[in-house]
Amino acid sequence: MLLPRPRGPLSARLRRLLLDGVEEIDDLETATEGHASSVPPDSVLHDEDLQLSLWMIYELSFRGFDDVDDRWEWAPEIAGLRTVLERPFEQWLRDVTEGWVSRTLAVEGDVADKIFALTDGFDEGPDLSRFIRKEATPDHVRDFLRQRSIYHLKESDPHTFVIPRLTGPAKAHLVELQYDEYGGGRPGFLHHELFAVTLREAGLDDAYGAYIEEADGPTLAATNAMSLLCLHRRLRGVAMGHLAAFEATSSIPCRRIAAGLRRTGFSDDAARYYDEHVEADAVHEQLAAREICGTLVDSGDVSVRDVVFGAAACLVLDRYQSESLMARWDGAHTPDQLEAAR
Amino acid sequence: MSGSLGRPRPEVVLCPGGPALIRSDVPAVDVVVTDAQQTVDRPVVAFCRCGRTGREPWCDGTHKLARGAGAPRKLPRSDR
Repeated sequence: MLLPRPRGPLSARLRRLLLDGVEEIDDLETATEGHASSVPPDSVLHDEDLQLSLWMIYELSFRGFDDVDDRWEWAPEIAGLRTVLERPFEQWLRDVTEGWVSRTLAVEGDVADKIFALTDGFDEGPDLSRFIRKEATPDHVRDFLRQRSIYHLKESDPHTFVIPRLTGPAKAHLVELQYDEYGGGRPGFLHHELFAVTLREAGLDDAYGAYIEEADGPTLAATNAMSLLCLHRRLRGVAMGHLAAFEATSSIPCRRIAAGLRRTGFSDDAARYYDEHVEADAVHEQLAAREICGTLVDSGDVSVRDVVFGAAACLVLDRYQSESLMARWDGAHTPDQLEAAR
Repeated sequence: MSGSLGRPRPEVVLCPGGPALIRSDVPAVDVVVTDAQQTVDRPVVAFCRCGRTGREPWCDGTHKLARGAGAPRKLPRSDR
């Protein structure tokens, strides 16, 4: 994967730094500080310059870029810029979930009861999976797959960074969950490999990051949030709450999406990724909510508030992704027009 | 296996309002699953306990759509 095209002055300068190492770092830090502090709180999600810059920095810790020296991952300049960019993003996530978090904390019962109450009672916005099952065209489906490819081709990788930060039962159960995500030791069956099959079957490019140029703000923010939560030890409880909500809102939508893929003429192999998640995530939601988050909270290692914040953050980001796609499909630019313009 | 730890024993976790999670090295699962097509290839599986699943014997999350005892708890109303 090569560094993506910039989407504003910040990502342009970051790109030059990573490619040529010639940017004046003090200037860039000042500019980044200025940018980060001037973004209105409710614009953080749609600030593609900021989100793409964060994404570029995070990717240095995952697959890296063919045109960037891997040593940049731990360069102090990059760590400084990352901190500056993460600050408004984390604050926005806290602000936008505040109401949901307090309502969820008021639910009686253990942390799993709270997580399931939140995922059940959350206002998820437009029902994307039902639309895909009943109404979407093959172009809508491909548009959806392109956006989802940004995360699904690295599915579960962020959470692997959390393993050494946990101890006891929570660690054993996270490894158990990840082992299943990674195909139970069978190459070709890792969930992100199953998604690559879906892309190929849909006539799309299965290369990692192939559609980064098309990723919208909410898609970048959703994948950035997982990197943010999973790469910081202090946020390990938040990361596991996010995981629990992600798994708890997967089985039923995946069943609908698999049906939608078949209805629009895609193959069983294309639907396999979604079929697999119906069953796998019915297991994983219990593992994540009860045996990971439950034991972490019981042991006193993390707070209920952290777990619930992570769960709410997952749901809010998912809703923004659905709204963004549905609004695009509703608006002047139909997928056919987008395809023609490409 | 020698030593005081022994082998991990099969484990059944009954999730309130949800499925039964089973960790086992297969025999306990074979007893229940009679269909030869239903092989177990996960480290832990979830058996449906509500009878509503579309993927018998496995849980597919449908219990969450139920009303009554198996339903998730309700969030308090928003103040706003």
